[in-house]
Amino acid sequence: MSEILHLSNVSRHFSGLQALRDVTISVNKGEVLGLIGPNGAGKTTLVNTICGVTPASSGVVTFDGKDITRVKTYQAARLGLSRTFQIVQPFAEFTALDNVAAAALFSQPGESLKSAREEARAHLAFVGLAAQANQSAATLTLAMRKRLELAKALAMKPKLLFLDEVNAGLNSAEVERATKLIHQLAAGGITIVMIEHLMKVVLNVCTRIVVLHNGQLIADGQPRDVIKNPAVVDAYLGQQYAHRNAASG
Amino acid sequence: MLAVQVLINALVLGCLYACIAIGFSLVWGVLNVINLIHGSFIVLGAYLAWGAYQWLAISPWYALVIAAPLFFVFGYLLQRLLLNRVITAPVLVTLTLTFGLDLILNNAMIYYFKADYRKLTLSPPTGSISLFDVVVPVDRLIATASALVLTGLLYLLLRRSKVGRAIVAVRLDRDAAVLMGVDVKSIYAIAFGLGAALAGCAGVLMALIFPISPLTSSAYLGKAFVVCVLGGLGSVSGALAGGLLLALVEGVGSTLIGPAHATTLSFVLLIIFLVVRPQGLLGRKGFE
Amino acid sequence: MTRVNLALLILIACVASLPLFGGAYALRIGTIACMYAIFALSWNVVGGFAGYPSFATAAFFGFGAYATGILLNKSVPLSVAVIGSLVMCFLLAAALGAVLLRLRGHYFAIASLSLVEVFRELVNNATDLTGGGMGLNIPLASGSGILADATFFFYAMWGLLLITAVVVIIVSASKLGFGLNCIRQNETASDMVGLNSTLYKSVAFGLSACFVGAAGGIYAAWVHYIDPSDVFDILYSVKPIVMALMGGLGSPLGVVCGAFVYLGLEEVVWRNYIQIHSGVLGVLIIMLLLFLPHGLISLRSGMFWRKAKHV
Repeated sequence: MSEILHLSNVSRHFSGLQALRDVTISVNKGEVLGLIGPNGAGKTTLVNTICGVTPASSGVVTFDGKDITRVKTYQAARLGLSRTFQIVQPFAEFTALDNVAAAALFSQPGESLKSAREEARAHLAFVGLAAQANQSAATLTLAMRKRLELAKALAMKPKLLFLDEVNAGLNSAEVERATKLIHQLAAGGITIVMIEHLMKVVLNVCTRIVVLHNGQLIADGQPRDVIKNPAVVDAYLGQQYAHRNAASG
Repeated sequence: MLAVQVLINALVLGCLYACIAIGFSLVWGVLNVINLIHGSFIVLGAYLAWGAYQWLAISPWYALVIAAPLFFVFGYLLQRLLLNRVITAPVLVTLTLTFGLDLILNNAMIYYFKADYRKLTLSPPTGSISLFDVVVPVDRLIATASALVLTGLLYLLLRRSKVGRAIVAVRLDRDAAVLMGVDVKSIYAIAFGLGAALAGCAGVLMALIFPISPLTSSAYLGKAFVVCVLGGLGSVSGALAGGLLLALVEGVGSTLIGPAHATTLSFVLLIIFLVVRPQGLLGRKGFE
Repeated sequence: MTRVNLALLILIACVASLPLFGGAYALRIGTIACMYAIFALSWNVVGGFAGYPSFATAAFFGFGAYATGILLNKSVPLSVAVIGSLVMCFLLAAALGAVLLRLRGHYFAIASLSLVEVFRELVNNATDLTGGGMGLNIPLASGSGILADATFFFYAMWGLLLITAVVVIIVSASKLGFGLNCIRQNETASDMVGLNSTLYKSVAFGLSACFVGAAGGIYAAWVHYIDPSDVFDILYSVKPIVMALMGGLGSPLGVVCGAFVYLGLEEVVWRNYIQIHSGVLGVLIIMLLLFLPHGLISLRSGMFWRKAKHV
C-alpha cells in the first residue's frame, strides 16, 4: 500500500506544555485509521498540526509526497486535506447550501459561485440534507450540523479526511447513520483518519488504530491487537474498565 | 551624563504616563470598552485643579481629594445610565458611543474655558532640586510621587478589598463571576467610576506640569492607548511597565532623532506591539 | 443585478441632476454628499462585508489628499494625480492590511485608529514635502469661474461615487464578496475550506482605502488648502461608521442612504449650533446608538458580535 501522509518525529509545544512528543505515524492510501487516546492526549492538536493551524515545533509532515510542515491552513486545504471540527464551525448566517458551496468554491481552482452551488447540492444530498439546503445553518440541529460539516469537507474533494469526533453528542440512531456514511466514504476511496471515543464505532470502521497518550504515540496496529495492548489498557481503557468494575462490583 | 538625564526624565514621566493610562486600562480590561472619553476626563480633572486653585485657593493636593469622589460618581452614573445599555454590543457601538460622549464633554469644555492654553502656577513656586546632577522641578517630582501613590492605592484596592476582588473576578471570567454571585452590572459601574476617578486625579496632577486645554485630550488618550498596549492590558504593573517604556522610548527618540518624531515613534511602537506581542510586556490575564 | 443594487444606482443617478436645481450651495452640499457616500460605501467593504471595525478612513483620506496635493504642486494633471493617489492608497492599505488584519476586535480598532495618528504625525513632520503644520496650498485647477469650478468638482466627486458604487456592487456579488462574508461569519472555518483569508482581507482593506484616498485627492484640489489636523481628523473615521449604523450595516444602498441622512443632520446642526456643533453631533450619535435601534436592525445575528480575540 502506498503512503499518503507521513509524520516523522513531530513535536509541538505551547509555551512549556508539551502537547506532542516525537510522533511518527504513516497513513496509507485508502485506509480508515482510528486515532484514539484519553482526553488531553493531543489528538486534536495532532490534526491541527497536520492542517497547519498550529504548525509543528519540530519534525516533518509530508503529504502526497510534499513537505507540508509549514504550509498555511488554506494551502493544506487546497492540497486535499480536509477536516470536520469537534465543535462544529458553520457559517451561521449562510444557508446549508452556501456553507457547502463555500467549501467547493475556495478549495477548487477555477470554481465559480454557480458551479460551486450545483456541486454543493450533490454533497448535501449525499449526507441527507437535501431538504435543508435553503435553511440557515444556525437553525439546524446538532446532528444535522455535524453532517453539514461532513458535506463541507467532502465538497473540498479531499484525498485525506480528518473526522474529529463526528459522533460526539449524537444519539445511537444518529451514530448508526454517521457510521454508515463513513463506510460509504471509505468504500469510495477516501483515506480517513478519525478521532473517536466510541469504541464500538472504532472497532466497526477502522482498519488500523494509533493511540496517543500524553502527546506520545504508545500503540499502532490492528484494532483487535491494539485494544489488548497492556500499555493502551493501562493508559486509556484500563481506567475505564477499572471504573466500570468498581461501579458494577 | 545625557543618559542619566534621559533616564531620570523617563522615570518621572513614565510614572505619570502610567497614571494617565491606568483608568483606561481598567475600563478596557473589565468592561471590554475602549473608553474614548478618557482623555477629556483628564482635561476636566486639570480644569478642576486649576479652578479650585484660581478661584477658591484650594491647593492641588486637596483638589485630588475632591476630584476622586466627584469623578467616581460621574463615571458611575455615566456607566449605569448610558454605557450599560450597549455594554454587550460589538466594539463598533461601544467605541462610537464613547466617541459621542467625548465630543459632548470636549465641546462643553471648549465652550466654557475656550481653547486657549492655561497654566496652573503655584505661588510660591516649589523650585527644583538636583538628582545625580540632573535638575528636576519639585512640582514634577511631587506629581510623580502622587501618581505612584494613586497607582499603589488602586493595586491595594484590587488586591485587598472585596469589591476589588470582584472586579478582578469579572475581568478574568465574567460568566464564572456571575455564577459566584457577583453583581456584574454594579461591578461594571464601579470599575468605570474608578476609571473616571483615576483619570480625574491624573488630570489634577497634569495641571501641575502641563498647560491645560481641551485640545490636549487626544494627546492624553493617545498616551493611554500606547501605554496599555505596550505594558499589557488590564494590570497595574503592566501600566507601570508600559508607562516607563513609553517615556524611555520618547526620551531616547527625541534625543536621537528629534522631539518632533517622538509621537510618531510611540504610535509605530504601538502598532508593532499590537502585531508582534499583543499581550504586552507583562502580558498576563489577571488584573492583580 | 439585484433590485436593491439597482435602486442604489438610480439614487446615485438622481444625485447627478443636482446642478439643475441649485447654485453654489447646492453644489457644495452635493459634493460633500458624494464624498460621504464614498466613505460609507468604502468603509462597508471592510466593516460591513468582512466585519472588521476599521477606524482608518481618515488615514487614507488624508493620505490621498496630501498625495494629490503634492503631485498637483509638481504640475501633474489632476486626473493623473487622483488616479495615482487611488493606486498608492490601494497598495499601501493592502500591505498594511496584511499585517493589521491579523488583529481582531478592539485590537484592530485601536491599530486602525493609530494609523490615523501615525500618518498625521508623519505628514506633520515631513515639512519639506507637506509644509508640516502650516498646511499645503494647492494651485487652482482652472480659474474659469467659481460656479464652473464647483460644478466640475461636483461631477468629479459624483463620478468617483459612481465608480465606487459599481465596484462595491460587483464585489458584493463576486467570489471576493462571498469570501469576505465567510470571513465575517467564521474565520477559522474560512481558512479550513481553503480560503486565503489574509489575501481577501488585504484586498478588502485596499478597496476600502483607495476610493477614500481618491476622494481625498479631489477634496484637496477642490478646497485649495489642506492641513494635517483638517484631513486627518478622526471624525472622518467615525462618520462612515455612524452612517453605516444609521443605514444598515452591510447593505450598499443602506449605507449610502445613511450617508445622505447624516449629512442632512450635520448641516442642520452646523447652521443652528455653530459653537456647540460637535457636542450636538455627539448627542445625535448617542441618541442613534441608544434609541434608534432600527438603524441597527439589519445587524444580522453573528455579524460583528464575535469576541475580541488577540491571537
